[in-house]
Amino acid sequence: MIDVIEIKKDFPIFKDNADFVYLDSTATSLKPSSVIRAMSEYYSHYSANIFRGVYDISERSTKEYEETRSLVKEFIHASSEAEIIFTRNTTESINLFVNGMSDRLQRGDEIVTVISEHHSNFVPWQQLAQKKGLIFKIIDVDKTGTWQEDWQSLITKKTKVLATSHVSNVLGTLNPIRQIIKDIKKINPDIVILVDGAQAVGSVSVDVQALGCDAYVFSAHKMLGPTGVGVLWAKEELLDTLPPYQFGGEMIRSVTPQKTVFANLPHRFEAGTPHIAGVIAFKQAILYLQGKGLKKIYDHEVALAQDFYNKLNNTFGKDVTIIGPAQRASGIVAFTINGVHAHDVAQILNEDNIAVRAGHHCAMPLHDRLGVEASVRASFYLYNSFDDVDTIVRSLIKVRKMFNK
Amino acid sequence: MASIYQEIILQHAESPHNFGRLPSSTNKIVLDNPLCGDVIQMEVEIRGKIVTDIKFTGKGCAISKASASLLTDFAKGKKIDELRALDKTSIIKLLGVELGPNRLKCALLPLEALQKLIHK
Ligand SMILES: Cc1ncc(COP(=O)(O)O)c(C=O)c1O
Repeated sequence: MIDVIEIKKDFPIFKDNADFVYLDSTATSLKPSSVIRAMSEYYSHYSANIFRGVYDISERSTKEYEETRSLVKEFIHASSEAEIIFTRNTTESINLFVNGMSDRLQRGDEIVTVISEHHSNFVPWQQLAQKKGLIFKIIDVDKTGTWQEDWQSLITKKTKVLATSHVSNVLGTLNPIRQIIKDIKKINPDIVILVDGAQAVGSVSVDVQALGCDAYVFSAHKMLGPTGVGVLWAKEELLDTLPPYQFGGEMIRSVTPQKTVFANLPHRFEAGTPHIAGVIAFKQAILYLQGKGLKKIYDHEVALAQDFYNKLNNTFGKDVTIIGPAQRASGIVAFTINGVHAHDVAQILNEDNIAVRAGHHCAMPLHDRLGVEASVRASFYLYNSFDDVDTIVRSLIKVRKMFNK
Repeated sequence: MASIYQEIILQHAESPHNFGRLPSSTNKIVLDNPLCGDVIQMEVEIRGKIVTDIKFTGKGCAISKASASLLTDFAKGKKIDELRALDKTSIIKLLGVELGPNRLKCALLPLEALQKLIHK
């Protein structure tokens, strides 16, 4: 069981605002004290650059930075540290990967993604396809989030890449990645599969080797860590064949006026001074999640989302449209109150000290597909309680009254 | 914190003034804010540098509708030069509420439409 009262004590944001109902962890999670302390500890006591100094505090910052890499490796069950690349966020991880794949793709090659993808796993592929004359195919979903039944017919011998999310940030679905990858590789074993794990890693236990994907990306800030830190994991054999993303310091072995030899993995993809404090503090986020237990966190957030889903249906009936399946599989529930614009809903909830997201949540193709202009999204995480569910439902009743629905 | 959903805003959102088409229009524009799915179509009739009539249609949140309703009320009968001088502050004054930077965008779409129309 998750003890929310105890957990809240670890999140200083609740100190001056005990009744705050934060339901936007999908956008970014709150941060526990241990993470904040680790940032401040670095800046206060050993704020040295990494890999450069031979003095004590630089040795320490380098060691701590690399310790996070080792922990990330363990956390997602990668086979070596060389496969863990630190970036700024999921978006940058995907762009790095798309850039790397670009050279090996040729006119007429196919790349496949899903209509429900976040823009960051959609636009980079779409743009690459336009630039290089690739065929950009999109798997459709229905309003419960299920992929079109014959999606496998989109995968052919000419398909080079498939990009999909693990957990959808609007539908809240948990894609059966392992099975999907098995099915794909049966049709064409050479397809490179990128999984966007931004919404998964902080609550679903991930084993990249068991999943069978080729690349997996996520952001620290959605899993209790600092903003400005992301991860790209990819198989070493694959990373070895990709060209660098940015050129400059930290990513070279030797430079002469004529020639540059690049550093080995993972440093070849980490040009320039990274977010050292952020990476170091990210370790505390993972330790915190491990301490509470991912399975417990996942069960907790799904239970809250399911309770909310049921209460929305029971309270509002035909006046509410909920996106995604009846059986919730993550902490995410997006919906609309018919006749009231999502922004108005979110604004009125804000007046009751409830933070939710309103808009298309960086998933315009999905909203278009479902014929929804904008939706409200409530997302539950380990610091949310069943009381929070009741609070938002009460506030939504108020919304309906205000707009005389 | 005071609610931004004051009676006046809710009323204008519920039954906006100057809502509809303007057959006698001299200029017309459609603007959207894809970020929140708001769309506004605004039509004006300009005679001798004066906005003699103005109407709008579209969809959006209560703030954007109220803003369009209040702004079109205000604009009717005004000189173009006077309307060109309107800015963010004028809209906040018309609405009579404080808005954060994100919501301000909703309130400013009708103003952007009007100013594009009269600059034509
Ligand atoms: C599924 C998914 N992918 C990618 C992203 C982008 O993450 P970031 O903004 O950290 O790059 C998000 C964030 O909302 C997301 O939910």
